[in-house]
Amino acid sequence: MEHGAEAIKKQVRVYIAVFAALGTLTVVTVAVSYLHLPFHQALAVALFVATIKGSLVAAYFMHLVSEKKIIYAILILTVVFTLFLFYLPLWTVGSGLVAHVS
Amino acid sequence: MSALIKYIDKPHPVTGVTNSKLGIWCFIASEIMLFGGLFSAYVLLRSGSTTWPHAATVLNVPLATLNTLILITSSVTMVMAWASSALRDYNKFRMYLGLTVLLALAFLVIKGIEYGHKFEHHHFPKESIFFAIYFTMTGLHGLHVLGGIVVNSYFLLFGKRMWDEHPEQFTGRIEAAGLYWHFVDLVWIFLFPLLYLV
Amino acid sequence: MNHASHAHPLPFWRKYIFSMDHKVIGVQYAVTSLLFLFFGFGLISLLRWQLAFPSQPVPFIGQFFNDTQMVGGIMLPEFYNQLGAMHGTIMVFLGVVPLAVGGFGNYLVPLQVGAPDMAFPKLNMMSYWVYFIGGIVMLCSFFVPAGAAQSGWTSYPPLSDVAPLGQTVWLIGMVFLITSSLLGSVNFIVTIVQLRAQGLTFFKMPFFVWAQFVTSFLLLLAFPPLEAASVMQLMDRLAGTSFFLPSGLVVGGQPLAHTGGGNPLLWQHLFWFLAHPEVYVLILPALGIVAEIIANNTRKPIYGYKVMVFATIFLGFMSFVVWAHHMFLTNMGTSMSSFFQITTMIISIPSVVILTALILSLWGGSIRFNTPMLFAVAFLPMFGIGGLTGLPLGLTASDIHLHDTYYVIGHFHYVVAPGTIFALFAGIYFWFPKVTGRKLSEFLGKLHFWPSFIFINGIFMPMFILGLAGVSRRLYSPEYAHAQAVQPLNVFISYCAWGLGLAQIPFILNFVISLFAGKKVDSNPWESTTLEWQTTSPPPHENFEHEPVVLHGPYEYSVPGQKKDFLPQNMREN
Repeated sequence: MEHGAEAIKKQVRVYIAVFAALGTLTVVTVAVSYLHLPFHQALAVALFVATIKGSLVAAYFMHLVSEKKIIYAILILTVVFTLFLFYLPLWTVGSGLVAHVS
Repeated sequence: MSALIKYIDKPHPVTGVTNSKLGIWCFIASEIMLFGGLFSAYVLLRSGSTTWPHAATVLNVPLATLNTLILITSSVTMVMAWASSALRDYNKFRMYLGLTVLLALAFLVIKGIEYGHKFEHHHFPKESIFFAIYFTMTGLHGLHVLGGIVVNSYFLLFGKRMWDEHPEQFTGRIEAAGLYWHFVDLVWIFLFPLLYLV
Repeated sequence: MNHASHAHPLPFWRKYIFSMDHKVIGVQYAVTSLLFLFFGFGLISLLRWQLAFPSQPVPFIGQFFNDTQMVGGIMLPEFYNQLGAMHGTIMVFLGVVPLAVGGFGNYLVPLQVGAPDMAFPKLNMMSYWVYFIGGIVMLCSFFVPAGAAQSGWTSYPPLSDVAPLGQTVWLIGMVFLITSSLLGSVNFIVTIVQLRAQGLTFFKMPFFVWAQFVTSFLLLLAFPPLEAASVMQLMDRLAGTSFFLPSGLVVGGQPLAHTGGGNPLLWQHLFWFLAHPEVYVLILPALGIVAEIIANNTRKPIYGYKVMVFATIFLGFMSFVVWAHHMFLTNMGTSMSSFFQITTMIISIPSVVILTALILSLWGGSIRFNTPMLFAVAFLPMFGIGGLTGLPLGLTASDIHLHDTYYVIGHFHYVVAPGTIFALFAGIYFWFPKVTGRKLSEFLGKLHFWPSFIFINGIFMPMFILGLAGVSRRLYSPEYAHAQAVQPLNVFISYCAWGLGLAQIPFILNFVISLFAGKKVDSNPWESTTLEWQTTSPPPHENFEHEPVVLHGPYEYSVPGQKKDFLPQNMREN
């Protein structure tokens, strides 16, 4: 990320644009929820929108678009382990372990 | 304490980051794993559950939408506070950081009203797995918001001296506080649809 | 070196109690965790009475316990469970890890990388005090109604969800301990990445620093899922939720009031997601200590330094994907158990690589058998036994028979007790002169080592036989039929355990006496190469007179053409 005064002023305009996008996407995702889509479609839309919003925050507010390598390295490691954390409970369900309760 | 510790205000020539920036990112990495554990629990419990209520019928979506917008706005004011600090404009910085704290407080107040409504209708964590997850995750997120308020208020109230003496180091600290705050926002961005919308 | 803090000497409480100097904090960690180690050992020595002489009154000590713990000196099952659960918790979370990482890591890492202090001194101080509070909370749990946690150190629900109050206190204590580790690990990572002295590239770092570096990542990324799980278990216990309680649970003949719908396996997943990397948190710093001591006392570079570093990184990475081998009995699917069997077999490879490299380091060295070296050399076969006996537990076919028997206890204690704890003793004997300027007595050191070595094997070797005979690790009374056949071994183990306790007396005497009357030594008594020995003993505030400039690798021993047989990292060739 640049620290020069000009660069920061330029970034401020980006922040405002990101803010507008985040606001719009929030309204969109809430509006979609009122359509009462089937569960899987609703989940897909909600996660898709949330991922875009999250990426915008991470990329611009947290400056990840122009961050140093060491930060990327730590985050990639974290994401890999998070995926394991997510995948394996799912796998447990897949193997028929979870008793469905009524 | 130690005047000899290097790379407090200037980035390390090889890694290109300051100590506080690397430190806060490591902390955020651990926070990702913390919320990762909770989201993973959400996935497991929800897929094992047959009685998941339609969220919109038991939770207040308009109020939560308002809260989402508030938190997003506070993220913008936070990053503006950092930018003002980097541009050495103390008054603007103080205004933006003050706004961030106020918005965060507003978020908690609205959250409190939401909780109050739930309790009035006798919805407690023990009612079902859904409410257990709802209260635990939003509660833990709320605690993180509270943490952000404490940190930002500290800089707002006691930051002037450090600003005068080491503006560069101060800006670094605001950036670190900002990174944490954006992370709190990021968690909510995922919590909101998963709890309220699907 | 001359700046404000030297002109105004700090008041006593800032210098020694709420100190921000990493050396003071390191010593605080070390002393506190040693006390916890002895306390945790005391708990299990008491428990051993019940296993050796079931339902007989405990002589003498028995009278000091109240009647929720012992009746007429006879240990109650609930108290037996508390002793077991708290022994595990205290040894792992309050003893070994704080000593290895908080004590040795804090004291040595900044010195070995040539830094004036840790990157965040205030955070460092906080991490000690948060650990201290966590420890006090754990100790207090013995005094709440119905006593301390009694669901094993693993706290498996549903049992732990419906256990008495002590379990809640345990969880609160854990939240403190987890927070402390997080603060510490952030500090280590930043210190090692940012504050290495000029010229100290990553591949010139002593292996100990590498070990601490990987360990910090394990603590940073593996602990938070357990924190999440602890929060959920707290909710289950305090707010009546059912995260870990399935529907239709009946406890003591009464259907539980909880709504159910939860999943007890969720706890097991999140717990072992931490607790398997935790095994490497226990073992990696020990490997680091042993590597330093072996290089120093064989007077030659350790064999395959780079390979060891890569093996350590790989080990750290793999340790995140083996956790469910603790859960083979949970009826997981074949594909999942195959995955974890394969990863478990894979992770044994880097462990063997490191161990082999350390053993090969002995080859052709002119070995000095001083006390630190004795402990370090003893570590190697002990860790080897611990590792090899783990293989049958990593394969479902044999694990189903051995699961939850004394075989498992024997296996992991070989890794952490004669393994890690011996390495930690080696480290204490090795670095004591650096911390105090005085040497520990060699005679008392050997009097500590040999009996400890014999007794500790006497404890854990027979456990393999007990385990193969099917003796359960958790049962209160060994009076069931197939345990009776091997009961004499239980008696033998208990005598060895008490003998091991007695064998620590020379150590305690040595520690206290040498503190005041030990032989004074110069700054580098072992003629070592790494940076911590190139400053005074004890090192001054902010460690070095001038920031060291590193010129050589960490193990330049017996370099041809040199006058001396060691070449310090920051010294020009002589």
